[in-house]
Amino acid sequence: MTTVPLHRALGLTDDEASEISRLLGREPNHLELALYAVMWSEHCSYKSSKVHLRRLPSEGPQVLVGPGENAGVIDAGGGLAVAIRIESHNHPSAIEPYQGAATGVGGILRDIFTMGARPIALMDPLRFGPLTDARSRWIAGGVVDGISGYGNAVGVPTVGGETVFDDSYTGNPLVNVLCCGVLPADRLVLGAAHGEGNLAVLLGSATGRDGIGGVSVLASAGFTDDAEAEEAKRPNVQVGDPFEEKRLIEACLELLDQHLVVGIQDLGGAGLACATSETASRGGVGMDVDVTAVHRREPGMEAWEVMTSESQERMLAIVTPDNLDRVLACCARWEVRASVIGRVTASGRLRILDGWDGEVLADVPASTLHDDAPVYHRPLQRPADLDARQADDPGGPGGAGGAGEPGGLPGSADCGTDLLALLVDTQWVWRRYDHQLFLNTVEGPGGDAALLRLAAPGVPTDRGPGEPPRGLALSTDGNGRWCALDPRLGTALVVAESALNVACVGATPVALVNCLNFGNPEHPEVMWQLSEAIDGMAEACRALDIPVIGGNVSLYNESQGRDIDPTPVVGTLGLVDAIRRRPPGARLVDGQQVVLVHPASSGVSLAGSRWAVELHGHRNGRLAPLDLAAHDRLLQLVAALVGEARLGGIHDVSEGGLGVALAEMARRGGCGFTVAGIADHVALFGEGPSRVVVSVDAGAALDDLAARVEAAGLALTVLGRAGGTRLVVEGLLDVALEDAVRAADGVLPAALGPSSHSSSH
Amino acid sequence: MSAEVAVVLFPGTNCEYDVVTGVERAGGSARIVWHGDRDLGSPDAVVIPGGFAHGDYLRPGAIARFSPVMSAVEEFAAAGGPVVGVCNGFQVLTEAHLLPGALQKNRGLGFICAPVELEVASDRSVLTRGIPVGRRLRIPINHFEGNYTCDAATLVRLEGDGRIVLRYVDNPNGSVASIAGIANQAGNVVGLMPHPERATDALLGSEDGLVLLRALLAAAGAPVGSPA
Repeated sequence: MTTVPLHRALGLTDDEASEISRLLGREPNHLELALYAVMWSEHCSYKSSKVHLRRLPSEGPQVLVGPGENAGVIDAGGGLAVAIRIESHNHPSAIEPYQGAATGVGGILRDIFTMGARPIALMDPLRFGPLTDARSRWIAGGVVDGISGYGNAVGVPTVGGETVFDDSYTGNPLVNVLCCGVLPADRLVLGAAHGEGNLAVLLGSATGRDGIGGVSVLASAGFTDDAEAEEAKRPNVQVGDPFEEKRLIEACLELLDQHLVVGIQDLGGAGLACATSETASRGGVGMDVDVTAVHRREPGMEAWEVMTSESQERMLAIVTPDNLDRVLACCARWEVRASVIGRVTASGRLRILDGWDGEVLADVPASTLHDDAPVYHRPLQRPADLDARQADDPGGPGGAGGAGEPGGLPGSADCGTDLLALLVDTQWVWRRYDHQLFLNTVEGPGGDAALLRLAAPGVPTDRGPGEPPRGLALSTDGNGRWCALDPRLGTALVVAESALNVACVGATPVALVNCLNFGNPEHPEVMWQLSEAIDGMAEACRALDIPVIGGNVSLYNESQGRDIDPTPVVGTLGLVDAIRRRPPGARLVDGQQVVLVHPASSGVSLAGSRWAVELHGHRNGRLAPLDLAAHDRLLQLVAALVGEARLGGIHDVSEGGLGVALAEMARRGGCGFTVAGIADHVALFGEGPSRVVVSVDAGAALDDLAARVEAAGLALTVLGRAGGTRLVVEGLLDVALEDAVRAADGVLPAALGPSSHSSSH
Repeated sequence: MSAEVAVVLFPGTNCEYDVVTGVERAGGSARIVWHGDRDLGSPDAVVIPGGFAHGDYLRPGAIARFSPVMSAVEEFAAAGGPVVGVCNGFQVLTEAHLLPGALQKNRGLGFICAPVELEVASDRSVLTRGIPVGRRLRIPINHFEGNYTCDAATLVRLEGDGRIVLRYVDNPNGSVASIAGIANQAGNVVGLMPHPERATDALLGSEDGLVLLRALLAAAGAPVGSPA
């Protein structure tokens, strides 16, 4: 065995180690080096992405807290605010699916109640390798069980998300989790330490050796093909305890309600090292930490282990000495352990002590752990094969060609069979999640977006019983297939789709958070993808007036030398002033007209479509263009139409194209359709932005709709009529609704195990 | 004056606010009682709500039955007071032997959150008194361990004495005899897996839970106020 220098074993480069020595004016000791290693890790410092993230628009009149805090916060009106954040737990979930996913849920909840908000909803955008791969199935099952096991027990409903299976994620699944919470706008708390002499109180679980180096070893390096080495990372995954978290939530919200804390910070990645230095640094103060005062799970832990442990379910509260007894009493009532482990000082230094009067084990300027983290301008390189990939369009050179055209895929032999192969119902996943707790869920999983009453236990609202409640809508969206072909346009398309989903339940998009899942940043092609994606997101968000109020960057998503497709996932928050009735939902109503609303000139493409990728293994081509101005008009029109209850059903046309959108609406509505004028498989399965299918009565209602659409500068095409028991696209397909339902329902149970209960519909 | 319901809160309980809201929508009032309290006050009825009391790591309800508040609940029940356990509350009542049988893991070994169709099977309980037998109600379930089981003799007694108060129309979890809810011999203690409080607002999809909650408030002996 060769000896590796300590800093490299901890994940620091030689240059980073010299910079630490320069900042300290001396060589760091082991503990100090360990602190810098975790705080300067990619996961904590965003050192590769920071220069690009600055280009995102983050301001707006409703933004109370933007990026950089534990969560973004939006003023939702009526004295209420909404806190929202999204994170990834990709690498832990690849190694230990159940605990990886469970602790991802636990971590995001703490980010939300840290802000003083009661967490009211979780969303889980999930991406796995194909269902034909045994390990991917094991990961998918474990992740869903982990989210279900933790989320249900901790008592926060999981109201939506995504479930995607794609070759790109074999070996490196994407497990993202979004949480949103509600707070009285005047209770907003920030994670800052103030006041010399104030006390730092550690709340929650005992600290153990679990999760040491999670941010540096796991989150900031890719997976290799050395199975034994990867298996050896399992102890770096933390273990979750939802019961501890539930008591911690209740205790912390009670402390905040009673104004007993000066500041509060969750312990996530990099544990105490991060929480102590971050609170001190934000407050412009220093902190002395007595490492012996930390309540521990096991004896014999070294100081560096205590400081970097990622044991779950812990919070750090900054408390005045006068309030300490009340804080301890509140914690005791909730059976939450509490230990005074630190004192706020005026020195600006983070000192780790072996007992209050004991040896000084570490002594570093607190702010250097954050502010002086390296910032990398990593090289960018457009992938050499991208031009060739874009030229190889599945629709042929004109984008609409068929058999025999160079580069194009042969047309569909049987559109009916293709359609059935593209239908997947995800109930298998979301029936395992409590999605109803708190009595807020107006529209749960399975629709375009979740719609909730904007309310939470213990948070007063300005709407009395009997008055229509305020509402919030949430949608999470990503599309690695599109972004691989054009990260800039692909990301803009993802933002556009997410905003449209929220509009489909009647909400106006007001803020966005992102989880940027990319490959190895040391590959210039990956950095180019990241940079382009951020530009695409910035462009779309500016045009649609949606500020980006928080995010998370997950890099090193690679396995066995292959980077994942670039997969920026966005979570869009929408608001509804008053929910007067349930939104119509993605359904057809028997006897109504089936109508497509779209920009006057719109295009679709099979490039990166589910049809081309899943049915033909073809991942190349050129994406359909996006007209952001027209899209903005569509968003406003759709939200208004839904709010005015003018529609029998509405669904955005997204992955799988018009064919899949119509079939999904037929399933939900329980009735078939007959439509015409869809030329070929490109028009049927091609994917493109800014389109919604609506179900509307013929006659006056349709005439009104046409007038509204025209006034919005958009176009309308009557496709046909809903009714009957067959899905009929004249000239292309004719299948029984019953077969479509069976095909969709069967996919996940067949691959992942029987559903415990057949649908009662 | 409307009936007052004491809603028991264990650490890990999570449906307490929802039950308070549901009771209020049904025209009653509700008050949360801490698990460490030995005194319930003087409520007209007690509801043990859903959640994961004490984490449910051992067996649902196995630790909660030893909480100080449970002796007060037992006394209240012994005196004929209406006691209803919803979901985890049902599990607590079986562990406390206020109701017979036990709740095992669902057939299929998966958590299920979904609306289900129920049929009122008996009106001989504080939760179903006055509701026509055979009435269908659409109310959500939300559990991993809701598969009711009991020995054959108990099942015969439950059937014979009209103590099966709610049945699933399409059994979701493998419960014996499609049992969704049962009562004790006197009919004043009821456990059910479905969550009536989750079906108390048309905006959320169903108001059928109000049928059960109003019956409980009526049985609690006080006149029912107008819905909030």
